[in-house]
Amino acid sequence: MSSTFDTIANIIAETCDIPRDTIKPESHAINDLGIDSLDFLDIAFAIDKAFGIKLPLEQWTQEVNDGKATTEQYFVLKNLSTRIDELVAAKGA
Amino acid sequence: MRLEYFQLIDRIVDLKLADRKISSEATIPAQSTIFEGHFPGYPLMPGVLLIEAMAQTSGWLVVALNRFERMPFLAAVKDAKLRTFVKPGERLSIDAQLVHDGSGYAVIDATIKCGGKLVCDASLTLRVLDFPNDDMAKKMRETAARIGLSFEASANG
Repeated sequence: MSSTFDTIANIIAETCDIPRDTIKPESHAINDLGIDSLDFLDIAFAIDKAFGIKLPLEQWTQEVNDGKATTEQYFVLKNLSTRIDELVAAKGA
Repeated sequence: MRLEYFQLIDRIVDLKLADRKISSEATIPAQSTIFEGHFPGYPLMPGVLLIEAMAQTSGWLVVALNRFERMPFLAAVKDAKLRTFVKPGERLSIDAQLVHDGSGYAVIDATIKCGGKLVCDASLTLRVLDFPNDDMAKKMRETAARIGLSFEASANG
């Protein structure tokens, strides 16, 4: 798996005190790992710092609320990793 | 400072939007019903209210950075240290520095000094949302004017 996944898995493990070996690429941050919205702010902060990006949490939430996207697209960790890679690539473009 | 009305900031004394920091002042009232309970016979400014003073100062920074279009709400207090007793009548200098401007949240480091001495510090996380209603937005602008934070200043700062 990509180093992006490893980085966010380590962040989640440390931030939420979740055993690292239970965090899989297929894990859904909310449904499987039980991360609530406040803890996810800490995770987003750590991800923003680690990758030098700004996760568009408000945009994603709006898309989910409007039925234009599913939570799986953004909060399953392998998908979140892909979104982060896209944001990092866009920053460098 | 009007403790019973949760007005913990007397005035904004400095706002530097480019540097993403703000300073405020507040004088703790000599008397308040709060001091009857905290503590009987030995009045002290409650630490939770010192944290609230840092949160309000931090909030005004976020309000200004968002051009009075969004409202911050306290979400987390981390590494709070209440370093010494603060007594009625003392004057506080409160500083806040934006550490990170996230999507829908902000992380801010804040401090309070009294007589040049650090008395309190913490890292605060604020959720940043749309104003729940127009009335609140209006009242926030009125409060901002009362404490010397003008819309024009934040727009130009």
